[in-house]
Amino acid sequence: MKLNLEKIKDCYVIFIQEERIDAHNSGELKEYILHMIEQGQVNIIVQLESVRFIDSSGLGALLSGYKHAAAKSGKLALACCKQQVLSMFELTRLNRVFEIYADLNEVFENEA
Amino acid sequence: MCSEVIQVDVIIPTQTKYLDFIGSIGEHIAKDLEDFSGDREALAYHLNLVLTEATTNAIKHATQMTPKDTVRITIHIQDNELNIKVYDHGQGFDLENVPLPDFDQPKENGMGLYFIRTLMDSVSYTRQTDCNVLEIRKYL
Repeated sequence: MKLNLEKIKDCYVIFIQEERIDAHNSGELKEYILHMIEQGQVNIIVQLESVRFIDSSGLGALLSGYKHAAAKSGKLALACCKQQVLSMFELTRLNRVFEIYADLNEVFENEA
Repeated sequence: MCSEVIQVDVIIPTQTKYLDFIGSIGEHIAKDLEDFSGDREALAYHLNLVLTEATTNAIKHATQMTPKDTVRITIHIQDNELNIKVYDHGQGFDLENVPLPDFDQPKENGMGLYFIRTLMDSVSYTRQTDCNVLEIRKYL
């Protein structure tokens, strides 16, 4: 799983550098996020601009991160979803679970 | 109306690195389909997703996790009907007993078959002599 991590204000932003999140790489993403949370990095934004395909295992990996972050009083939110990726969150009603931002500016405007 | 006949028959090892390849076959078919008047981009994503989920399922259910074990996927389009069959050599499962996801208490697993059922027109899972077959139909 190719990704970059950047700290912006008090958030850790994961920039996913893959076009596709499926059962081949979602396990790695899940472990990466859980490791961050164990290290105390509990305010996480996943930036999905490069992602044009996500399957159920990818949604599961993000949901796992969301639950673990919430359990430690943190949060995991999403930003820059392409329309078809967003439609997967809508189909599973996970758009009601995650905070989903149009872009990173919106994330930090809300924090201000 | 789709007047073409398309037949694809692929055999892959039970390894998730082939999911991209299988999914992209579905995308290409949707993008190249003649005389399709629906939302082509949506169909491309949905076929990619359904093939990915069905193949992942077959890989997960494989009993022999060796490079010699294989998953066979066939795609057949004729007379406006798209038919996908995914053959696995695992112990199988009871499709009727797979519940809908609980949207109020979402879980990390169990969304794959929901996608297949929601996006396609019919799904069945049957045991044959030496394998199981997940059969998916969609009317174009």
